[in-house]
Amino acid sequence: MILAIDSSGLTASVAITDEEQDTAIAEYTVNLKKTHSETLLPMIDEIFRLTGVVKGEIDAVAVAAGPGSFTGLRIGGAAAKGIASALNIPIIPVPTVDGLAYNLYGYSSLVCPIMDARRNQTYTGIYEYVKKECDLNVDTAKEIKSGAYRYEMKNVLSQCAIGIEELIDKLNTLDRDVIFVGDGIPVFKEIITSKLKVMHTYAPAGLNRQSAVSIGRLGALYMEKGQTVSAAEFAPEYLRQSQAERELSEGLGEKS
Amino acid sequence: MKDIRILGIESSCDETAASVVLNGRKVLSNIISSQIDIHTLYGGVVPEIASRKHMERIDRVVNAALKESKVSIDDIDAIAVTYGPGLVGALLVGVSYAKSYAWALNKPLVGVHHIEGHICANYIEHEDLKPPFISLVVSGGHTHLVKVSDYGKYEILGRTRDDAAGEAFDKVARVIGLGYPGGPKIDKVSYEGNPNAYSFPRAKISENEYDFSFSGLKSAVLNELNSLKMNGQTYVQADVAASFQQAVVDVLVSHSMAAIDEYKPECFAIAGGVASNSHLRKAMEEACAAKGVRFYMPSPVYCTDNAAMIAVAGYHEYLAGNISGWDLNAIPGLKLGERN
Repeated sequence: MILAIDSSGLTASVAITDEEQDTAIAEYTVNLKKTHSETLLPMIDEIFRLTGVVKGEIDAVAVAAGPGSFTGLRIGGAAAKGIASALNIPIIPVPTVDGLAYNLYGYSSLVCPIMDARRNQTYTGIYEYVKKECDLNVDTAKEIKSGAYRYEMKNVLSQCAIGIEELIDKLNTLDRDVIFVGDGIPVFKEIITSKLKVMHTYAPAGLNRQSAVSIGRLGALYMEKGQTVSAAEFAPEYLRQSQAERELSEGLGEKS
Repeated sequence: MKDIRILGIESSCDETAASVVLNGRKVLSNIISSQIDIHTLYGGVVPEIASRKHMERIDRVVNAALKESKVSIDDIDAIAVTYGPGLVGALLVGVSYAKSYAWALNKPLVGVHHIEGHICANYIEHEDLKPPFISLVVSGGHTHLVKVSDYGKYEILGRTRDDAAGEAFDKVARVIGLGYPGGPKIDKVSYEGNPNAYSFPRAKISENEYDFSFSGLKSAVLNELNSLKMNGQTYVQADVAASFQQAVVDVLVSHSMAAIDEYKPECFAIAGGVASNSHLRKAMEEACAAKGVRFYMPSPVYCTDNAAMIAVAGYHEYLAGNISGWDLNAIPGLKLGERN
């Protein structure tokens, strides 16, 4: 079983997923202004209490590893570290934008998560789902003949921090239908409406914000491939330097 | 009485630290991972960088503290963590980690006030020190004169109205070209300077004789240097440093002695990063001796930020039954004696 955590944005979301049973045992997601520091661990405590899952049954902690709010990433990341270290289990770092895109598993058009990164920038990426023949086990071999398949999420544009106009240009160039997801929707809707030329829509409530179940499901795939780190090794992927580092390197650049 | 072992975690500024302390007195391990080299590049602590470094280091530091203590995690009775005051982003790393660590291990969590931790550092090396006493806490972020009436019971007699003493050290050191961190550098160079070369002001606050102000002193140093420069004169770095430091030491000592005169404690203890200043230690020791008051100070390693002091403060909170909830938050402006 995987404990999944996403506190990368305004949403705080925690979940317990069971990859063997292919079940999301519990998910607790809130969209509140209240600080994640106060809510996250009580939420985790609550889902364990309600479901009766024992802490020792957890095999790994999957966490939205960034990008996102620097502080939010650290609250979730430090929580993941503490739990993983105490239980002696690995951490599965899941790219935040991948997690958002996974909310729309199997969607036919391009999927484009947009997170508000301030200063007219967005943490974003472009994804598509491609059909794969079912090769999960012998039993499904029969199903292949009957047309059974699963989806694999592919990166068209890997997660990055870019200007919203640059993203719109890329989508216009790709010239395919697109669905947006993420807390950047209310922030960028106006400019998207005025500049985006391709057919587009927005994911509805319940799908349009960070979901720890998506982090847990993607986490299970990564764990299968051995993409885990120890609690000591884990560090968030901020995608951005701190302002001081940026200014220092810019300053040095000018002098040289 | 049963032995109590507390794991302390500290991340309020630029030191990631963890420690295991037995019965609130005996330090079994004291790991401090300082970021000072990194922040020196910027001339001071950069909050975002500090937070990132805490993230990278916290788990390794905690593991190292446990390993060095030779105490099994099963034998840890509670986990104590600094939840304020300090840099909010830095505090949040320690708080978030400590909470989830304690939660996963089903151990009690104890939130600790950073300044109370500094005061409690005195218990480590002084078996005989017990409340009541008066303490002066001086560091880069704080200047407090505190009456310690019992374990966990604090009353602020005076505090700085503007800059902390350590902040003034950093600023003056920067201006006279000594660089960061200012405290140890001014301490050292002052031995070569004349503390009476310049007459810098010793500020008094009329509303509360125990309050401090260091911004006027800092400005006086800047003005002095400016006027020298305008007149084409040079200055001796060590003289400015020594004179500035003497002004700070004089104010800290005179306020402390005034409090001793009024409250007549048997003991007086200094704490905090600036308490490692050798001139202050000597002056305070002499002043206390003259008044017949027992004087205490921690070794320099327990003056600067560390987690042993947090474990000690956490021990007393734990004994008092002050267990924190899983909703414990970082409080950057946490007041002394306040409980959340």
